[in-house]
Amino acid sequence: MTKQPERIFVKGNEAVARGALAARCKCFFGYPITPQNEIPEFMSAEMPKTGGRFVQAESEVAAANMLLGAGSCGIRAMTSSSSPGVSLKQEAISYMAGSEIPAVIVNMNRGGPGLGDIGPAQGDYYQSTRGGGHGDYRLLVLAPATGQEAYDMTIKAFDLAFKYRNPVMVLGDAILGQMKEGITPWQPEGIDDEAGRDWALNGADKREKRLIKSLFLEEGALAGQNKHLQAKYEDMQSYVEYEEFETEDAELIVCSYGSIGRIAKSAVRTLRAQGKKVGLFRPITLYPFPSEPLLALARQGKRFLTIEHNLGQMVDDVRLAIRTVADSEFAPIYPGNLPVPEDIEGPVLKCLEGK
Amino acid sequence: MSEMNEKLVFDRPSAMIDRPTHYCPGCHHGVAHRLVAELLEELGVVEKTIMIGSIGCSVFIYNYLNVDAVEAPHGRAPAVATGVKAARNDKFVLAYQGDGDLASIGMAEILHAANRGERIAVVFVNNTVYGMTGGQMAPTTLVGQKTTTCPDGRCADREGSPIRMTEIIAELGGTAFAGRASLDSVKNIRTAKKYMRKAFQCQLEDRGFGFVELLSACPTNWKMTPLQANERITNEMIPYFPLGVFKDVTEEGGAC
Ligand SMILES: Cc1ncc(C[n+]2csc(CCOP(=O)(O)OP(=O)(O)O)c2C)c(N)n1
Ligand code: SF4
Repeated sequence: MTKQPERIFVKGNEAVARGALAARCKCFFGYPITPQNEIPEFMSAEMPKTGGRFVQAESEVAAANMLLGAGSCGIRAMTSSSSPGVSLKQEAISYMAGSEIPAVIVNMNRGGPGLGDIGPAQGDYYQSTRGGGHGDYRLLVLAPATGQEAYDMTIKAFDLAFKYRNPVMVLGDAILGQMKEGITPWQPEGIDDEAGRDWALNGADKREKRLIKSLFLEEGALAGQNKHLQAKYEDMQSYVEYEEFETEDAELIVCSYGSIGRIAKSAVRTLRAQGKKVGLFRPITLYPFPSEPLLALARQGKRFLTIEHNLGQMVDDVRLAIRTVADSEFAPIYPGNLPVPEDIEGPVLKCLEGK
Repeated sequence: MSEMNEKLVFDRPSAMIDRPTHYCPGCHHGVAHRLVAELLEELGVVEKTIMIGSIGCSVFIYNYLNVDAVEAPHGRAPAVATGVKAARNDKFVLAYQGDGDLASIGMAEILHAANRGERIAVVFVNNTVYGMTGGQMAPTTLVGQKTTTCPDGRCADREGSPIRMTEIIAELGGTAFAGRASLDSVKNIRTAKKYMRKAFQCQLEDRGFGFVELLSACPTNWKMTPLQANERITNEMIPYFPLGVFKDVTEEGGAC
């Protein structure tokens, strides 16, 4: 990895797009929706320069299926959208998971349900981590909290998609997408566009034809495919990322992810300055969920408070992780607001006092 | 007659796998597959073809043709084909769709792929019915035709008129070739192959989107014998879905 010295001042959306370019994304398929428009806008200008192709699809449905087609050819391809648009992509995402097509999908989560608003929210946690479309499948889900992480994780998302032959989601929100901050771009090395693509479609020239499908009708075939997929998801469990901040002597640990995780970190700093024994646990991979390190903290006798920009979704995973020894309180931040650290300090203080 | 005097006049194209198809007797999907296979071979593109199978009775086309293939969700084959072409611009990309797939759930995808002038070829099998799911009404079902979801016959006032896709596709700027042929007679099958060749060549010559509609029989859901089904195409379908070339940029003398 060569760190380039220069820093650039960009929106999180542009950080994602630049990360995709650095990762040698060759095709991008988009459809306008706020708050992610800077991604397709940036890609429309930049993709052709790299010899790649940008298509503004007729809908999110089409964009996701274009991604399916490009991914089946074993090339690095991406689509991005925000909540209602990502709902429309779910059919194709299920097909991609079922037929093991690597692809990167970015969701800049906005408020819902329905048309909701264009402000930040984290209401798509269930949809992202539970499959979202039909059938038993999982996506790897990465939740950046800063512009730099948005850049880094987009690059990583492509590597993971090909490592596991599975769709990977980068789950941000309107705060991350719209906020401008400094990032240091870097260029990953050693990306081999053809290595390990012995499954990809490129024309059956002097070899057996290849078939990429998710239909398995013969007796036992679908069960076999599902066993294979589950084994892969099991294998993914070894890939977890998270951040721990001030947890060592903490009595109470705040569990938050993405933008809220970042705001929670500020709140923890403020409360620490007041002598409160609080810490932060920020899952970075939402699937697989970092259950083991969380359980390790629970075994040390710590208490937990999950705070999300939704009405209680990740808290289920927190509880599942620690259920044998502890429980987690929950405090929602209602979608439709731009939260500030004080929105987190209040519930944390209340929780600390209520022990 | 000794073997020496026998002359082989009909054989399996090598692009077709030696395997019996699952289609009902008298179904034209098999004929359409064969035409595709013959053309891929004659145009020398078998080894550079990536085919997109769609939902419907023909979903298993990939079991019969010896080419790389991917399966698309219902109606989305033109979008999947767009993605494949975006990824592998040098390959021959072919989508194969039924009428429920293309003219109903996939209407947006087919119109926009054509309008963008995607360098792909689409073979559209119109049998006026949803075959695989058991004979429900399709957007192409003829007025008066009985199906399981219009048991008294399609009524234009109630269900709308059958959609003529080739005429619509021909109107779009990115279309280089749009033609409708029929598989009800040897003569028409020959014309079908001619149109398909043109549609395939549009892609090879980088002219634009190539589209061929094939009027086809579904004897099972029409509750007819194969011969009656062929007659229905001749007597009922062709008068409503006229055969012919609706757009051909090579004849207009320019690429789009
Ligand atoms: C999203 C979705 N909706 C519905 C179906 C069910 N389905 C399977 S085949 C089919 C009809 C296909 O009809 P057509 O395209 O006319 O092809 P044919 O079977 O007649 O060849 C339908 C509706 C599906 N697989 N996916
Ligand atoms: S149901 Fe109709 S379209 Fe399907 S295989 Fe049978 S005849 Fe062909």
